[in-house]
Amino acid sequence: MPDRLDVAKTYKLFVRGAFPRSESGRSYAVKSADGRWLANAAQASRKDVRDAVVAAREAVSGWSGATAYNRGQVLYRVAELLEGRAAQFTDQVVDAEGTRRERARRDVETAIDRWVWYAGWADKFAQVVGSSNPVAGPYFNFSLPEPTGVVAIVAPQESSFLGLVSVLAPVIVTGNTTVVVAAELRPLPAVTLSEVLATSDVPPGVVNVLTGRTAELAPVLAAHMDVNAIDLTGAPENVAELERASAANLKRVLIQPDDWVGDPSPRRMKSFVEIKTVWHPVGT
Amino acid sequence: MGFEYAPAPESREIVRLQASYGLFLNGEFVPSSSGRTFLTYNPATEEPLAEVALAGEEDVEAAVNAARAAQEGAWGRMRGAERAKYLFRIARILQERAREFAVLESLDNGKPIRESRDVDVPLSAAHFFYHAGWADKLEYAGLGPAPRPLGVAGQIIPWNFPLLMASWKLAPALAAGNTCVLKPAETTPLTALLLAAVCQQANLPPGVVNVLTGDGETGAALVRHPGLDKVAFTGSTEVGKEILRTLAGTGRRLTLELGGKAANVVFDDAPLDQAVEGIVNGIFFNQGQVCCAGSRLLVQESVAEAVVERLKRRLTTLRLGDPLDKNTDIGAINSAQQLAKIRQLSAAGDAEGAERWSPPCELPERGYWFPPTIFTGVSQSHRIAREEIFGPVLSVLTFRTPAEAVTKANNTPYGLSAGVWTEKGSRILWMANKMEAGVVWANTFNRFDPASPFGGYQESGFGREGGRHGIEAYLDA
Repeated sequence: MPDRLDVAKTYKLFVRGAFPRSESGRSYAVKSADGRWLANAAQASRKDVRDAVVAAREAVSGWSGATAYNRGQVLYRVAELLEGRAAQFTDQVVDAEGTRRERARRDVETAIDRWVWYAGWADKFAQVVGSSNPVAGPYFNFSLPEPTGVVAIVAPQESSFLGLVSVLAPVIVTGNTTVVVAAELRPLPAVTLSEVLATSDVPPGVVNVLTGRTAELAPVLAAHMDVNAIDLTGAPENVAELERASAANLKRVLIQPDDWVGDPSPRRMKSFVEIKTVWHPVGT
Repeated sequence: MGFEYAPAPESREIVRLQASYGLFLNGEFVPSSSGRTFLTYNPATEEPLAEVALAGEEDVEAAVNAARAAQEGAWGRMRGAERAKYLFRIARILQERAREFAVLESLDNGKPIRESRDVDVPLSAAHFFYHAGWADKLEYAGLGPAPRPLGVAGQIIPWNFPLLMASWKLAPALAAGNTCVLKPAETTPLTALLLAAVCQQANLPPGVVNVLTGDGETGAALVRHPGLDKVAFTGSTEVGKEILRTLAGTGRRLTLELGGKAANVVFDDAPLDQAVEGIVNGIFFNQGQVCCAGSRLLVQESVAEAVVERLKRRLTTLRLGDPLDKNTDIGAINSAQQLAKIRQLSAAGDAEGAERWSPPCELPERGYWFPPTIFTGVSQSHRIAREEIFGPVLSVLTFRTPAEAVTKANNTPYGLSAGVWTEKGSRILWMANKMEAGVVWANTFNRFDPASPFGGYQESGFGREGGRHGIEAYLDA
């Protein structure tokens, strides 16, 4: 017997910057790839989804209204904190995915570098995606990207940390807020990421993380009338059904199951912005 | 203010209406495989204009096959510079035959010749001209190093700007190297068929553009055809959602340009006479049958009375009547069905307690007409403040502070366009930033240009038409 008993962590949801349990009082056993019990994660309910969407909605105006430079710095700060926790994430990825430590370590480093890559986009994206439009008349006319609003993310199921970072960073860097459904069987790195976000400068509500059954939570998000877009990267099946539910309020839907695996491109960021065009007369 | 005008009708002679029109399929005009037809009417007189082929499933199949063959054949293999020249050629022919298109559009749609002549037709030509130049420059559009066409596009367009919407759909699709199956609206098929004849005249290879006239069933058959790589739809939000559900799980590319309930916000420091012109243009252009119409006037309380008074005075000068008369400001409503919808929603405005006003205005005996109408005393819960009327009906609401204006402007599931009128530059930019709409017109309204991206937020759809952003909707980049 060891001299000292570990202090085990309670893994909870992350909503509005706080760590509540599921209002349903439910939890589910999370096991490692080789079958060891790791923790009881909160099993979020339909009501938890709704609370998280409200929190995300409340955070839209502040986060989208922040300067791009500020958002870039806030995200870079997250990368700094991730770096400090790299060993912890590596352990959790090994547990969750059963990969060799070297490989897990590489994935964590890739994830941190990717987060830095996205952080640097914050104040360049509008320059690359926007335009000045030479219309045939005495008007000044320009187009700019604006965040779509509240984006639901069904995170990749297999890659518990790199996959999560790869879909989360491009959503929030442009000013969206989000409700993330963590990988169902591998949710612990997502909860640890929440702890990083909670102690960084990311405002409460910008990122909300739910753990639980994807099949229970994803349809609620797809049908939610105050969610503007949904990323179905980690939706295991019934994607068509989720798409149909998303039609109710014309959610923007991203179905690109594997595009996050390789080097990132601006594509994911472009999936969750709206182009706004402004006209004004020119005259004396 | 009674100005007397002598009638100044544009001659119909320039248009040679055929008794019947076929589908444009693989470069030829052919009857529908079922032999079924329908009539298209002049909404200003209710006279039938022509019989038009009604395409069914088999015709959709044939058109998609023709488009596929052209995409994999001549059009797909053609260098961008050659595609460009075809589009330039179409633009030029549109300019050459502009008067013919304008008269035909006014006959079939009911819109004033002043608008079809000065807006619809020149903008259509401009769209082809603008996009022509993209065809051999796509790798410089900033979308990726080697953008590829998507393949075959199915395109469904509405009746409010029949030729212009056909041009908005065809020009970017063709410039990007796609081939098209276009489905015009049931009540306005004629200018799309004349555009098909222009394609023939330009020697566009067979199958690159196919035009299937028909009804809602024709459109539904096109949408669900598995041979399409891309669907583009402009029309109602209701049908847009239906298309989304139909295409769920197919992975097919889709762009939707749907309804709107735009706020046109007038601050107390705005140049009121200019604002009144903008309000009138915003809601009475094309009889208000415009998805981006400024149908909700939000006016600052301190100037509300003055604005409404000037607005009423201005409305008494609008001339309603013969769409072919060059003096006409307000033409006919496009169909009996649309007129019924406008009447129904206006009746709801009365019933819910808003106050209706129209200028003294004699409506022609035959045809579908609705006078320019404003409702005052409208509250946000009224149906006429929430639902798209798609007619010459303006709902007037008031506000006190900029924050209240923004809240009210954004209090809608739509988000296609918005307007703001103020002399204060910082407020213009603040409002433009806060209003959730794809197009914001500041101290102007209802301006369109092929270089300017157009499209909605939220339930007004997604994807853009026009500009660099519009071409992206037809490319795999």
